[in-house]
Amino acid sequence: MRIRRKSKEVAADERAIESGENAIANKEVAGLTQGQIIRRRFFRHKAAVASLIFLTFIIVFVFSAVDSQFGPIRTRGWWKWSPEELPDLRFGDCPNDTIGCPTISLVPKFLGGAGIGLGEHPFGQDDIGRDYFSLVMKGTQRSIQVMFVIGFFAAIIGTVVGAVAGYYRGFIDNVLMRFTDFIITIPAVIVGSVIGAKFGNLGAIILAVYLGLFAWTGLSRLVRGEFLSLREREFVDAARVAGASTRRIIFKHILPNAVGVIIVSVTLLLSGAILLETALSYLGFGVIPPDVSLGLLINQYQDAFTTRPFLFWYPGFFIVSIALSINFIGDGLRDAFDPRQKRRITKKEKQNARAIARSQA
Amino acid sequence: MLAFIARRIGVLFLILFGSSFILYNLAAIAGDPVGDLRFSDDPEIQAQIRELEEFLRLDVPPPLRYFIWLRGVLGIFTGNLDLGLTRLRLPVSGEIATAMPITIRLVIFATVFAIIVGIALGIVTALRQYSRFDYSMTFFAFLLFSLPIFWVAVLLKQYLAIRFNTFLSDPQITTTWKIGVGLLGAVFWGSLLGSKRGSFWRVFAIVFVATFAFLSFVDAANWLTDPALGPVLIGLLSIGIAFGITYLSTGFGNKAALYASLTMAPLTVISYFVVSSSLNSSSSIPQLLRYALITTVVAVAVALAFARIDRGPIVRTTIITGLLSAHLIVVDKFMQTWKPYMEEGAVSFRPIPTLGQAKQLLTPDEFWISTLDILVHLFLPTIALTLISFAGYIRFSRGTLLEVLNQDYIRTARAKGLNERTVIMRHAFRNTLIPLTTIMVVDFAGIVGGAIITERVFGWYGMGTLFNRAITSQDLNLLMGVFFITATLAVMANLIADLLYSALDPRIRAGSGK
Repeated sequence: MRIRRKSKEVAADERAIESGENAIANKEVAGLTQGQIIRRRFFRHKAAVASLIFLTFIIVFVFSAVDSQFGPIRTRGWWKWSPEELPDLRFGDCPNDTIGCPTISLVPKFLGGAGIGLGEHPFGQDDIGRDYFSLVMKGTQRSIQVMFVIGFFAAIIGTVVGAVAGYYRGFIDNVLMRFTDFIITIPAVIVGSVIGAKFGNLGAIILAVYLGLFAWTGLSRLVRGEFLSLREREFVDAARVAGASTRRIIFKHILPNAVGVIIVSVTLLLSGAILLETALSYLGFGVIPPDVSLGLLINQYQDAFTTRPFLFWYPGFFIVSIALSINFIGDGLRDAFDPRQKRRITKKEKQNARAIARSQA
Repeated sequence: MLAFIARRIGVLFLILFGSSFILYNLAAIAGDPVGDLRFSDDPEIQAQIRELEEFLRLDVPPPLRYFIWLRGVLGIFTGNLDLGLTRLRLPVSGEIATAMPITIRLVIFATVFAIIVGIALGIVTALRQYSRFDYSMTFFAFLLFSLPIFWVAVLLKQYLAIRFNTFLSDPQITTTWKIGVGLLGAVFWGSLLGSKRGSFWRVFAIVFVATFAFLSFVDAANWLTDPALGPVLIGLLSIGIAFGITYLSTGFGNKAALYASLTMAPLTVISYFVVSSSLNSSSSIPQLLRYALITTVVAVAVALAFARIDRGPIVRTTIITGLLSAHLIVVDKFMQTWKPYMEEGAVSFRPIPTLGQAKQLLTPDEFWISTLDILVHLFLPTIALTLISFAGYIRFSRGTLLEVLNQDYIRTARAKGLNERTVIMRHAFRNTLIPLTTIMVVDFAGIVGGAIITERVFGWYGMGTLFNRAITSQDLNLLMGVFFITATLAVMANLIADLLYSALDPRIRAGSGK
């Protein structure tokens, strides 16, 4: 008898918790627009928010540090050296008789360090004395520009191909998807190298455009899948019955519902793009000297690792931190856009819900 | 179904034709094969250029020249595939035939490790969703996603090879290291296995003590310079394997499976004494495969002796246990080879190489030493490739398992009273493997083309190096040869993945799908 009563009690408890949880979840979204809900969900993902702030900081810092140029837009940098200048190579005051060691110091004076400050050459100097800080800044600018250009072109082509294939289905779908297959068979590195060997000397941006023309395949498959399922939904039928044109259905009704998938995979595409660019530059098929990029810097100074590891660490740090923060932002966006994603109900909230349920019973 | 496969293969040929046509023209337009001769002031240079142009058929425009190349490739149907000659007048097919096995050797271990470790960690993170372990593995996976392989490779060379070799010249494990490694392992296994606070600290303590004791033993017994397992350790490890495999596959409740697996332990020790004399310098891979076959047969016999009903799972468990235990004997043999290998002139106590795929050894015909040499050369590239690729498997298997665990059939399995192990291993894990299989197939084909950077950093002469050479020396036939192989592999893998998917998941009908 007692056991049964207990199980009944437990069941009531569970029900109360469940309705409590639903109440918590419902209360959160009541009276909010879709955009507000997504923004809230994104800001709840702490790692993603931290990454977003960090990435913004890096971009602002890097592009303001040395002169930058993107098409007709030119900006002046606040840093005293530029990658073209050749200051005197420091030696004598470096450990282990190395040359051009970094002057950056992060240990404050009261802890026995040299105080927090950048010094004359914070990241050191390269073989001929060029300021490595300005080189890394310039290289990061290049890599970020290339990354965004690849992402932009890949996003547009991928979305259009996927949307058209998914919406029209049938013959058009078959042709477009076989075309996608066909682009997939050509490995990205091979295309990059062939293109890079030819167009690398035309400048990094042209190279990025060409790479973008080959990087959209994964995205187009995802968008197609999304369109295939969305076009069967009731609201699309309703729009069609109401007399909406095909263009209106695609742009006003289906695309906004697929935008989550698109944004998430574009962010992941961006982190892949920066790795592709650095890998190609490392192989010597990407950005070509006298231009600077992060992969190129690593390639040029990898042999100096045992004696002057800083020439290797700084560019690597920028590659990893940019790619890592983009990946986290992508994760946050995925959580934010996924409607199935329920917030994790914490223990405390569960206890509160249980207490409320008990007091009501 | 047959019509579907035929249609797909037809499309596959069209795709290969189109992409090779585009690449051929891209490369032909992009490159100038006689460019480096133009600036020479050799009086004979005009004749040389003319000869080269004639050899490369530069008089034919690229779109038409493509068909000359294609005619050679289409010879595959009549049995004489002709991929043309390289610029050094060597047949491309011969170059690829030597490079291909090297690339496969490079990627196969890394891929297998990445799959096993990635899936295992992905499943544990899914089962411990939102735990601290889950969060730290997620961070770890993202970190690995963001690492450029050439960067990792340089770090590995510096810290894992050069420093480790210096350490091996006088291996003394200090107490600080013992405590450090012990704590690290304890935290990892504690958060992996301990689901609650109490069990976390229990696992933590056990692992810490075990690691500390193990490292002390390694230090005291000079294992780093002269390792060996010996019959006692082999026996104990076999018993451990028997318990572990039985727990995962059938559970201890199945007495027949447990006893059959445990029987394999004394059999392993006996076979250790029987085969140790035949594992000598004239051993070979076929011989080891033969032993593996014998082990399987014995395992089946043992399992059938114990099993009365439901024989399938018991036989499977015993075979896995038997093979894993028997492989300890081979590991032991390699460990015994370690000391003579270190003493080789070419090695001279610096065993972990940073470059190359094999060394010129003093005793090249000694099977164990040369095999160990190959394995040692695989060490760094395998770690680098595994680190890069297993993050994807962690994330993917985690996501898939979480999705599967939400399915109705999992609820049904729990509702009918199955224990958690059966629900996870039989019902959830197997269904997770369906999408994973297809990803594995595609990945494996992609990795052959993607090993370019790894080969470059570690100085291997595989497909990636060939490709590199083709680009830098403007060798069109060589480039197309490499592309032909990698692209064919990629397309075939996609087809196989689609077919596997429909074979494994009866809900999907390949023929009717769009």
